[in-house]
Amino acid sequence: MTLRELDKRIIARLQGDLPLVPEPFAAIAREVGISEEELLTKIRGYLEAGVMRRFSTILRHHRAGYTANAMCCWLVPPERVEEAGRVMATFREASHVYQRPTYPDWPYNLFTMLHGKTKEDLYRAAAEISARTGIGEYRLLFSTEEFKKTSMEYFKQ
Amino acid sequence: MGLEDAAGNLTPLDRELLNLLQSDFPLTGRPFAALGERLGLGEEEVMSRVAALKESGIIRRIGGIFDSGKLGFTSTLVALQVEEGKLREVAAAVSAYAGVTHNYRREHEFNLWFTLVTSSAEERERTLKEIEALPGVRALRNLPALRLFKIGVNFDMWENGEANSDDAP
Repeated sequence: MTLRELDKRIIARLQGDLPLVPEPFAAIAREVGISEEELLTKIRGYLEAGVMRRFSTILRHHRAGYTANAMCCWLVPPERVEEAGRVMATFREASHVYQRPTYPDWPYNLFTMLHGKTKEDLYRAAAEISARTGIGEYRLLFSTEEFKKTSMEYFKQ
Repeated sequence: MGLEDAAGNLTPLDRELLNLLQSDFPLTGRPFAALGERLGLGEEEVMSRVAALKESGIIRRIGGIFDSGKLGFTSTLVALQVEEGKLREVAAAVSAYAGVTHNYRREHEFNLWFTLVTSSAEERERTLKEIEALPGVRALRNLPALRLFKIGVNFDMWENGEANSDDAP
């Protein structure tokens, strides 16, 4: 899908909040200078093309008490990456599982983001993943300070 | 699950509204009226309940969630080894880039970790070169995802911003 200037303006606007008025799409359409019907057609097109994953209501993080998180990095033999990655993905404590490149001073190739109520939960989850996969070499990297956490703003003028 | 935990004081109607709002927001001229029809509420009532849910912080926003790759953006995770005395300065310089969405100190020799979203490979390379040249940076390791096994299926309940399901820290 080729994104023209108009699309970029629409997408930039749709990353913001829908105005809380009876006809919110008409309001956004006016802002970007098209008709409501054109805007709704555009939105359906973005959804069909997969450019937009969904148009929805985004809630705040509300899983009360689940405040501990860590990046857990695993040293997995290349021939076992596929299988180990699949097993790691089944753990509900792991929100993201990725394979990433290695370096002489960074040998860990699989990454899992772990979430729990306490640090102990994370140690336990990592130990369980280790037991299930047979991967014994791993590091839990806790974040000790947050400098930035935001959503990407695409095509922001 | 998360919702119930945190929202013990919500009325059943509010919960029903939240479920509807999350599953399929009507793409029609009067979406709040359409939601009201399904709940047996008037348009104004729906709007005032949505306003209250925003006010109480439960709803972050109503809008589009985009696929960064399909928009032509690429993301990567970067690990930095920074001299302890320079860490805060380097962290501030890194955070100043609009494409840096997450930036954390972590307990490791590689003590600063950030995600970078850029609109081209050239922009990524240029940004990484600039960061690598910052005083106090000893090493920079670019760690783009080679393969995804899972990307935050239930990411709404995790800490990451909703637009970051594909570029998590």
